[in-house]
Amino acid sequence: MTGTMAFAKALNAGLRRALETDDRVLLMGEDIGPLGGVFRVTEGLQAEFGDRRVIDTPLAESGIVGTAIGLAMRGYRPVCEIQFDGFVFPAFDQITTQLAKLTYRLEGALRMPVVIRIPYGGHIGAIEHHQESPEAYFTHTAGLRVVSPSTPNDAYWMIQDAVSSPDPVVFFEPKSRYWQKGEVDTTDRALPLHASRLVRHGTDVTLVGHGAMVTTLLQAAALAESEGTSCEVIDLRSLSPVDYGPILDSVRRTGRMVYAQEAPGNTSLGSEVAATVMERAFYALEAPVLRVSGFDTPFPPAKLEGVYLPDPDRILEAVDRTMAY
Amino acid sequence: MIPADDPSLVRILGADGTLAPTPAAEPYLAAAEAVTREELERFYRDMVVIRAFDRQATNLQRQGQLALWPPSLGQEAAQVGSARALRPQDHVFPSYREHVVARIRGVDLVDVIRMMRGLTHGGWDPTDPANGNTHVYTLVLGSQTLHATGYAMGVAFDGASGTGDSERDEAVIVYYGDGASSQGDVHESMVFAASYRTPQVFFLQNNQWAISVPVATQSPAPLYKRGEGYGMPSVQIDGNDVLASYVVTRRALDEARSGAGPRAIEAVTYRVGAHTTSDDPTKYRTSAEEEAWARRDPIARLRTYIEARGATPAFFADVEAEAAAVAEDARARTVALGGLPDEQVFRNVYADPHPLVEAEARWLADYEASYEGGQA
Repeated sequence: MTGTMAFAKALNAGLRRALETDDRVLLMGEDIGPLGGVFRVTEGLQAEFGDRRVIDTPLAESGIVGTAIGLAMRGYRPVCEIQFDGFVFPAFDQITTQLAKLTYRLEGALRMPVVIRIPYGGHIGAIEHHQESPEAYFTHTAGLRVVSPSTPNDAYWMIQDAVSSPDPVVFFEPKSRYWQKGEVDTTDRALPLHASRLVRHGTDVTLVGHGAMVTTLLQAAALAESEGTSCEVIDLRSLSPVDYGPILDSVRRTGRMVYAQEAPGNTSLGSEVAATVMERAFYALEAPVLRVSGFDTPFPPAKLEGVYLPDPDRILEAVDRTMAY
Repeated sequence: MIPADDPSLVRILGADGTLAPTPAAEPYLAAAEAVTREELERFYRDMVVIRAFDRQATNLQRQGQLALWPPSLGQEAAQVGSARALRPQDHVFPSYREHVVARIRGVDLVDVIRMMRGLTHGGWDPTDPANGNTHVYTLVLGSQTLHATGYAMGVAFDGASGTGDSERDEAVIVYYGDGASSQGDVHESMVFAASYRTPQVFFLQNNQWAISVPVATQSPAPLYKRGEGYGMPSVQIDGNDVLASYVVTRRALDEARSGAGPRAIEAVTYRVGAHTTSDDPTKYRTSAEEEAWARRDPIARLRTYIEARGATPAFFADVEAEAAAVAEDARARTVALGGLPDEQVFRNVYADPHPLVEAEARWLADYEASYEGGQA
């Protein structure tokens, strides 16, 4: 069945299905009950499933993740909501040092099927700590899987696949796209959780990014087309592990690649993908892989977010540079 | 220095091995009187055996057989009493020094040693019934209190507590120390436990020292009072009195399992040994303090007490023989422990296959095969 749904509604529908499918699935977080979360992603779920399945927690992120670990040890499958990207750090130890490492520590005796949902990224004009992109902290951590949907259809399916994963999954939701509508096919899963996806065909340059950046890349590709440059666009979807197959296939055809991300560029996911593409597709490259990133500064006050965040023009500037080689 | 008794301290067995209950012990006296001589002898055996093992493990570290050993010397009564208070269906979240708790629950002590020898980060399978629902040690202090609380939330959600059947209702105990009591995770776990009324006991061993920092730096107020601040009934006990540890923990667990909500216990004890074999207590504490605490030794006082109750020389000889045998067995099996295959690096990072880990494992295998003899 196919229908049009906003991104946040698609997540809500995916979570509802996860709750229906497995009664060990629990949602935990701040304000996710009667309020439905500050972005309304869990709207109506507590009324439907009760306050023992959809749990309003005390205001303590480490407590949320730490107790989720204990619940997972007991056989539950908790889905934790972190209210905003910048609020995840109080839970950093529990995520990176406990959750990520427990299966390893226990030599496989216990699995840790915990999902950490994090609304991330800018474009919403919010105050400090509400617009960050902390993906790299988690992709750097062995034991975690990290994904980020860019469309309502992916939101619907990827959240269900994250919940059914036997491993911990950090799930980055592009909050600026929560209200974006798109087709959702609720009967047929398009792709596995950890597959990247070619979203636009092109012949001259491969553009790669994830989450909200995919829309920006598509805008840049349309502008480049009008200037005579054909851009292929790949949605990473899975940030750890990265599905390099479609990226390398594309780069072997185009010979050029630009990676775009909201996160600061230094030691970022884009750095890793660029290095890997250079290792594995060196002879196909006509130009160095270029990165377009947020600046290596804290996320600035919202009135400057347009300066900080990569926009289509900054991506086109990189496209022009790579084409000039 | 030995802290002056808090007026609400529960002590039943005095340092001289005679019954010397404090006023706060009154509600527990009937339970204490019901403890049989056989049970007391069991406690004594547990304490003597673990002390011998602990000394052996310390020696093994000194001889290069272990990377590190955190001795439990001096804390045997707090640990034995609380562990013997558990029922079979209960769940244990230790910190990293609860060797006798692990042993009482069925964990092979050599599994603890394997961790300290660098052969595993865990050591045993907490889901194996042989290990008595004992979770593995946690080294980032306080983290395990949240795991215990989440686990206890799950127990409550499952309806596995609060039915009124203490033979079946499950409870959770979590161990932590005076140092860890300052960690945010401990506070958050108490918030969650109190809010969700978890069937759980917080068991704090206040051994006076967080490595080199005295407990006064963690808190000017007695630590058991923190539990009260979260709405939990909280009791301070003489942690060197195994009888107090047993009866107070037993009651707290049974109240928690009945659905009455979490409980907190502070066991006032002393870390007689070093924090670990890497530590040097002479740099920060006095021998006068150590000698004062030695006079409160938990084993000596129980020995005096059970001797007065008729424990025989044959019993004590048997305990000494068992302690020596356990220690010798630990040594023999430790030095016989093998190594690990190189591919162990890559095992169990994820439950599902992971392309990056698999590629690196293949690379290492190829790299090693490229050397003559197959070893890089």
